[in-house]
Amino acid sequence: MLNIRNLHARIDGKNILKGINLEIKAGEVHAIMGPNGSGKSTLASVLAGRKEYEVTEGSVDFLGKDLLDLSPEARAGEGLFLAFQYPIEIPGLSTTNFIKTAVNEVRKYRGENALDAVGFLRLMKEKMAIMNIDQSLLSRSLNEGFSGGEKKRNEIFQMAMLQPRFAILDETDSGLDIDAIRIVANGVNKLRNKDNAVLVVTHYQRLLDYIVPDFVHVLYNGRIVKSGTKELALELEERGYDFIRSENHIGEEVK
Amino acid sequence: MNTKEYFKEQFEQSNVQDRNNLLDVVRRQAFDTFSKLGIPGAKHEEWKYTRISGLFNKEYSFGVNLTQDPLTQADIDAIRLPGHESANELIFINGRFSAQLSIVRSSQLIVLPLEEAARGEYRQLVEKHLGHSSKYQKDGINALNTAFVQAGIFICVEKGQVPDHPVFIYNVADAKAVNVLSQPRTLVCIGEAAQVQIVETFSTLGSQESFTNQVMEIIVEKDAFVEYYKIQNDKANAHQVSTTHIRQIGKSHTHAVTISLNGGMVRNNLNVVLEAAHCEAHLYGLYFQQGSGHIDNHTVVDNVEPNCLSFELYKGIMDDASTGVFNGKIFVQPQAQKTNAYQSNKNVLLSREASVNTKPQLEIFADDVKCSHGCTVGQLDEEGLFYLRSRGIPEKRAWSLLLQGFTMDILEKIKSPAIRTYVDGLIAERLEFRSHGQQEID
Amino acid sequence: MNSDLYLPAANDRNDEPGIIERTVLNEYKYGFVTDIEADEAPKGLDENIIRFISAKKNEPEWMLEWRLKAFRHWLKMEEPTWANVSYTPINYQDIIYYSAPKQKVNPANLDEIDPELRRTFEKLGISLDEQKRLSGVAVDAVVDSVSIGTTFKKQLAELGIIFCSMSEAIREHPELIKKHLGSVVPITDNFFAALNAAVFTDGSFCYIPKGVRSPMELSTYFRINAENTGQFERTLIVAEEGSYVSYLEGCTAPMRDENQLHAAVVELITMDNAEIKYSTVQNWYPGDKEGVGGIYNFVTKRGICKGVNSKISWTQVETGSSITWKYPSVILKGDNSVGEFYSVAVTNNYQQADTGTKMMHLGKNTKSRIVSKGISAGFSNNSYRGLVHVSKGATNARNFSQCDSLLLGDKCGAHTFPYIEVKNNTAMVEHEATTSKIGEDQIFYCNQRGIDNETAVALIINGFAKEVMNQLPMEFAVEAQKLLAISLEGSVG
Repeated sequence: MLNIRNLHARIDGKNILKGINLEIKAGEVHAIMGPNGSGKSTLASVLAGRKEYEVTEGSVDFLGKDLLDLSPEARAGEGLFLAFQYPIEIPGLSTTNFIKTAVNEVRKYRGENALDAVGFLRLMKEKMAIMNIDQSLLSRSLNEGFSGGEKKRNEIFQMAMLQPRFAILDETDSGLDIDAIRIVANGVNKLRNKDNAVLVVTHYQRLLDYIVPDFVHVLYNGRIVKSGTKELALELEERGYDFIRSENHIGEEVK
Repeated sequence: MNTKEYFKEQFEQSNVQDRNNLLDVVRRQAFDTFSKLGIPGAKHEEWKYTRISGLFNKEYSFGVNLTQDPLTQADIDAIRLPGHESANELIFINGRFSAQLSIVRSSQLIVLPLEEAARGEYRQLVEKHLGHSSKYQKDGINALNTAFVQAGIFICVEKGQVPDHPVFIYNVADAKAVNVLSQPRTLVCIGEAAQVQIVETFSTLGSQESFTNQVMEIIVEKDAFVEYYKIQNDKANAHQVSTTHIRQIGKSHTHAVTISLNGGMVRNNLNVVLEAAHCEAHLYGLYFQQGSGHIDNHTVVDNVEPNCLSFELYKGIMDDASTGVFNGKIFVQPQAQKTNAYQSNKNVLLSREASVNTKPQLEIFADDVKCSHGCTVGQLDEEGLFYLRSRGIPEKRAWSLLLQGFTMDILEKIKSPAIRTYVDGLIAERLEFRSHGQQEID
Repeated sequence: MNSDLYLPAANDRNDEPGIIERTVLNEYKYGFVTDIEADEAPKGLDENIIRFISAKKNEPEWMLEWRLKAFRHWLKMEEPTWANVSYTPINYQDIIYYSAPKQKVNPANLDEIDPELRRTFEKLGISLDEQKRLSGVAVDAVVDSVSIGTTFKKQLAELGIIFCSMSEAIREHPELIKKHLGSVVPITDNFFAALNAAVFTDGSFCYIPKGVRSPMELSTYFRINAENTGQFERTLIVAEEGSYVSYLEGCTAPMRDENQLHAAVVELITMDNAEIKYSTVQNWYPGDKEGVGGIYNFVTKRGICKGVNSKISWTQVETGSSITWKYPSVILKGDNSVGEFYSVAVTNNYQQADTGTKMMHLGKNTKSRIVSKGISAGFSNNSYRGLVHVSKGATNARNFSQCDSLLLGDKCGAHTFPYIEVKNNTAMVEHEATTSKIGEDQIFYCNQRGIDNETAVALIINGFAKEVMNQLPMEFAVEAQKLLAISLEGSVG
């Protein structure tokens, strides 16, 4: 589904990603872990097409297309979804109106008919139940005045509405208490099937208790330095990131 | 009196001729400006609600004409602020600095007559900064002060110095015998990483009319920190235009609190010019007026460079037939991206005769900014009153408590315990003796 | 911030014009000129011109006297300079003060309107054919100095509603005009109002009798066509006790390199329990992308809630004009009366707008609400200037004001000048203002959800302006939304 080859990227002239290789197949859940500043969020941003990041080398193939050649909205149309670490507030724009526009734009991209009001409402009701989300939240301005938990739940609700093939959860657990993490993770799990894939970007192992990954990769200083199964996450949690440093003899590259 | 003619005469007499004397040059320029602009009238947008031109219908003695008996130590003792025992005390009498009465206790503090500073090693600083406030106060009253700069002072805290005592500045007007016009002038330079606390107050002696037209310009360099308090609690015959102009020329911090409790017609100008990135400025004000008092606070925060933060809160209580005016401007210049500027003005009207005119103003030329302002005019919360009374607190006492609560978030910004206790006391006393226990409601 | 940053990644990679370029290419679509012969006064302004206008319109002597009085007063006045706008001085002797398309004056029925003019209005999307009109809107069509026809007059007359051109009203309903004209905006009120009183040429008059709710929206469509002319129209709406009317106003002008002056006066009067809802979509030619040409729109609009429990509501969507100077106001005289002002003002390129409202609280328990949304793009400047005045007798007055500004790009400016004067201690006045920007973060978030730049901008703008747009009558709202999107197309993205 997704094939990242030798991906290098930088921002403001500073190299962040220094050769990422990663293949994700349909039905899989991958987790990327790593200390602060290792490039986790950069990877998510580059995949979604944030233009501040410049790709200097490498390629990303997504469902047979060159992902890097697509605009952010075309990537969304192709089925890529990024749950933001810091969802953006847009005053005055209601959440419902925003999601409706997004759903229909994505449908248009895929050559499907736009949903009418009734069809949209039906879909929304169905997904609201999954995400345990309240109507009143959706009539408010997009993310404005939402608590951290509400914002993250709203992200996963949008994921449910847009039904992406590939979703990236960028530190979706940050700023959430354990109950909120459980709700968000349950939502994600309900959306999983054999045709889609999830990339969980996280700093901590706790989210992976709920969204169980098939593979865990450790990102360090812009490279994936170790891959393994979910036991790797537990090991990381216990031993901290230092053991990666010593094992890989790359400590000298890090301040 | 024909104001322009009168001041022209006075100016000629003071013999401002020396082209090599920096102050003479500055004064002559300012006098030309004054001649053009005159005393601002109601047509001047910045003076729409505060009409001082009428005050100049009277004759005032000022400057060289002053012929009263010198003030005694007892006169001065009567107006001293609490905590003065461990403060540097700088005293102006009728606008002229009195070295004799003043006491400089901190070795880290340099105080010089402005004339001397303009001639000596600080000449460049004086040349660069004296009169900068005229860029923001485009009116004849500011020019009038500069035109008659006499016996002003220069205060300097050198790089890295932190005076061990605060600086108290007393502006005293002796109006025992005649109407008096005082025009104190101060230039303060706070060097890199220096820090100073300034407390300024105004006192009028006697019952003749007093008009004080004061200008203080403060220059704040990199990593410096200035705390400035203005305490106004003068008599009804004491009118003033008091301009405080703060230039933050390096990444620095300003904390300014203006407390206006009594006086005749009082106009404050507080300008903070943020000329370096990452400056921070906090402006607070409390005005509580009675009788026919008139208090006008004009503030300007000019964001010139990016990433500055300013926070401003002014609160007013207008009682009896008093009038409150607030005008707060926030400018965000084109290069001042990532400016965060907040401003709020809250007013309570306690009497049917009281009024408030408020004009918060945002002028924004940069796009990546977060600015907000808000203002309210209203009454104290009836629900709150009821709540207090239902707990057994008598109505009058309940009003006092609510008003005290209203003033609290300004008073707690006074960092000097002595001054804070002093202002707290003034307000408590006022609440105690208020002519009526509650606000009047039709 | 470099505006290039707003360009989407896709645009970085090919040679398609960016949205910014595309906006610039986007032409003002009402900029055509109708080729029709005009009956014009010579350029310039003196008492003879005023006599000429008055004679052209067969006005009674009292009207001429009224005009001359205004003119003599105007001569003594100075052009105001306090607004936050700048322009080269207007030469008042270089303007044609009367220009009328040559057609039969006051056609007895709509069929007699010159076909060329009829086509002009078709092109603007306004049908003067009653059969073709969507029911619910009566139109008075004004070209340059004169009204060329008013639809649905007959149906309205059956209810006692008078809806006609101002010229006709002066001739046919002199008592009403004498009583009300200039009673809200006196001839001495301000420089442009005095000028208007001296030289106004037409406009609309509406009179809603006691107890009548107008069954349809009344509207006037103003069109400047001739060159070198100024348009000076005057509108007067009187709502008698217990009546209601919703009135709409629209305007466009050809694209020309020279600036043209539009100085209108609108007066609204509501008696006890009456309500007037006045909506404007102002789309005068804004000038080109370099700021050349465009209309100077200097307008005095004021309503008075004379009666108790009466209400006046102004809604405006301002996208046109090179300079706008306009403060629709309400004098809240009657006890319990309500004034509202909802405004969206958009400025792009080199446009300048200084607009806002005055709410004068005189009566007891009077309420006002101000919602102003300013959007600035390009090199434009957008100012909100408002006054909330609570007089001594206005016990329990309430006001809430919300003024928000949105900045797109870093060459534009947003300014707010709210004046608040409170002379009664039972008043509650609240003002809130915010300034923010649409930045790449918001756009990227929308992109990531599959929404392209232009849709994203339209969504955000409409969300920002929604409180005001909701106030517009249905058929106007759709048009106005499109207009907003067009005016700002490509400013962000």
